[in-house]
Amino acid sequence: MIRRLALALDDRLGTAHFMRKALRKAFPDHWSFMLGEIALYCFVVLLATGIYLGFFFDASTQPLTYDGSYLSLHGIQMSAAYASVLRLSLDTRAGLLLRQIHHWAALVFLAAITVHMCRIFFTGAFRRPRELNWIIGLVLLILALGAGFTGYSLPDDLLSGTGLRIAYSVLISVPFVGVDLAFLFFGGDFPAAQTIGRLFFTHVLIVPALIVVALTLHLGIIWRQKHTQFRGPGRTENNVIGSPLWPNYAMKSVGLLFAVAAIVTALGAFFQINPIWLYGPYNPSNVSSPAQPDWYIGWLEGALRLGPSWDWQIFNHTVPAPFFAGVMLPLAFFFLLFVWPFLERAMTHDGEPHQLLDHPSDTPWRTGVGAAVLTFAIVLTLAGSDDVQAKIFGISVETLASLYRIVLLIFPVVVGLLTFEFARELRDRRNALPKADGRVVISRTDSGGFVGQPEENTQRPS
Amino acid sequence: MTTRLGSTAVAFGVSILGSAWFAAAYALHAGPQLEGLGLLVALGALGLGIILWATFAIPQEQVVDIRDDYPSSRDERSGAEAALQHGADELDRHGFLVTFLMAAFGALGVAVLFPLRSLGPRFGEGLYRTKWTPGARVVGENGVPVSSSDLAVGSVLTVFPDGHVGDASSQTLLLRLPPGVLQPSPQRRDWSPQGYVAFSKVCTHAGCPVGLYRSSTYQLLCPCHQSVFDVAHAARPISGPAARALPQLPLQIADDGYLRAQSDYTEPIGPGFWQRS
Repeated sequence: MIRRLALALDDRLGTAHFMRKALRKAFPDHWSFMLGEIALYCFVVLLATGIYLGFFFDASTQPLTYDGSYLSLHGIQMSAAYASVLRLSLDTRAGLLLRQIHHWAALVFLAAITVHMCRIFFTGAFRRPRELNWIIGLVLLILALGAGFTGYSLPDDLLSGTGLRIAYSVLISVPFVGVDLAFLFFGGDFPAAQTIGRLFFTHVLIVPALIVVALTLHLGIIWRQKHTQFRGPGRTENNVIGSPLWPNYAMKSVGLLFAVAAIVTALGAFFQINPIWLYGPYNPSNVSSPAQPDWYIGWLEGALRLGPSWDWQIFNHTVPAPFFAGVMLPLAFFFLLFVWPFLERAMTHDGEPHQLLDHPSDTPWRTGVGAAVLTFAIVLTLAGSDDVQAKIFGISVETLASLYRIVLLIFPVVVGLLTFEFARELRDRRNALPKADGRVVISRTDSGGFVGQPEENTQRPS
Repeated sequence: MTTRLGSTAVAFGVSILGSAWFAAAYALHAGPQLEGLGLLVALGALGLGIILWATFAIPQEQVVDIRDDYPSSRDERSGAEAALQHGADELDRHGFLVTFLMAAFGALGVAVLFPLRSLGPRFGEGLYRTKWTPGARVVGENGVPVSSSDLAVGSVLTVFPDGHVGDASSQTLLLRLPPGVLQPSPQRRDWSPQGYVAFSKVCTHAGCPVGLYRSSTYQLLCPCHQSVFDVAHAARPISGPAARALPQLPLQIADDGYLRAQSDYTEPIGPGFWQRS
């Protein structure tokens, strides 16, 4: 049947030439090359579960009085949006399961993207000719963060409403245009009636559509440029060695799709997440403590907590504290990531294309910088839950925050330097070993002895 | 080989059972755990079976691709360049039209931005004013007016102006302090009758409700980013990222014994923004 389909397609589109090459395309095998695939398959799960959830969600802030099956909230005034998520979670079969799978898949999606990005960074995969795909990847990360935050905010519960309030406050802190931007997006001063409807539209159409476009480009470029590979016998800058697409790689990848789906299903089935019925509906004058966002917002939450208490007065205008920690810091962070390939090229004067990946110890300074930035982000993320830690360790949250401020400034430098030294040591030890690039051809001499000679890489037949 | 294939077949069989379990759990209202167990087994066994098949039953061959897709040959490049230049030359023959075309694109681009204005109301007085007016009665979250005998010394209550219960920007914390605790500035000396003092509940950092009160030290704490405000000294920030004190609402006790506002807040409440002077 597959054969008849292929023939029918070729009759009409002339696909045989493409297919012959495509089906034998080489996909290098390495565990770290699965990370991007995991993110992709999380996105598939998110689309599948999200389409289901979308049919139940009522994106309206119309107030109503709850009369569903959850008795603790009986008679409570709430928005139609919150009530619809309660109904989906507590009165719809499979509703809670699919909502929890959706939420878990989002958390794993962001995690997979982050680790994938680290792999690309530490192995130098962003170098020429892949700068463009590094940029598209960063756009995907930003879109994924946007998808996560808009989705998290939809249920209009107390926790997510507080998160929206903070996002609004950060937005109005922007000089010149902040208040106008906030009014345009939220539909007026917070809390505005239109906000949930706009978040819904953004979450289910605009952001996913942009993700699909960026993802198509991302994968199309990988297909065209072919995957990078680690150094190894026979592997050069001019070839790529790996499993053929059909059937080896395709089968493994489809297997991975179901494995990822199974893992997020297990999380969704057995690990409760975002139990909005416990938080209650959003009410601007209530707040829960401790209040924690999803993990990928933690670094921004931490930045706001540790941020300087500045309130600059400039010519009768105000630049308030959230601008520095909530706007400037993430902007600087993403700016550094966007320009890194070009910055590195300028510093190393290496504009050559690279198809072979670095081992992180090959470039100690890059690995050191990466470790420092990563440490900075991790400390911020930890600081984002300092109230919980203060409770656990029985110390005051003020003390802990001061401690985190010091750690934030010192740890990244220390970790960066240690990583740099460690990587350099590794590299130097490796370089001290006798060189044996690729295979060694052992041959017998006329006198009966043996000699080993490195085989020339480039002479390997393909 | 056959045992490997056997395990794949078993995995697919288990997956079918998982699907059946899921359908049955749904039909029987079994709840998210049992539904999830079925779906998990259906998906997981399917994935496992496919991966076992791919790993053990399909020969692990390696193929070598040569990277010759890019850059294109010198001829191709110059050909493409020439084609591009040919078209550009054609357009350039009427340079003024190109200029006009760009101007038309630009004008259209600017024009379609105008409807964006409709997305939100114009920035107005809303950020400067709350619903507190001179003489507005202080009511609790249930709408009941607060009289001067309602609050025990040391306690705290969330209050609103009468008729605006729940209003986000008007939410106010009413505290009753023991005599001598409050250290008011000369201008605010008559804002806190009988130890009653009121501060905006909207944090001046990022707008969360300042929901925690440490009654022993008279400190208000914002649970979002842990800013701490010293109630005794005009709610000035003493820790955390907040840079401004919580605005104070001038209170009075009317002849009927009920608490009323003397006026609105004398400064914009909540987080800072550019237009705030």
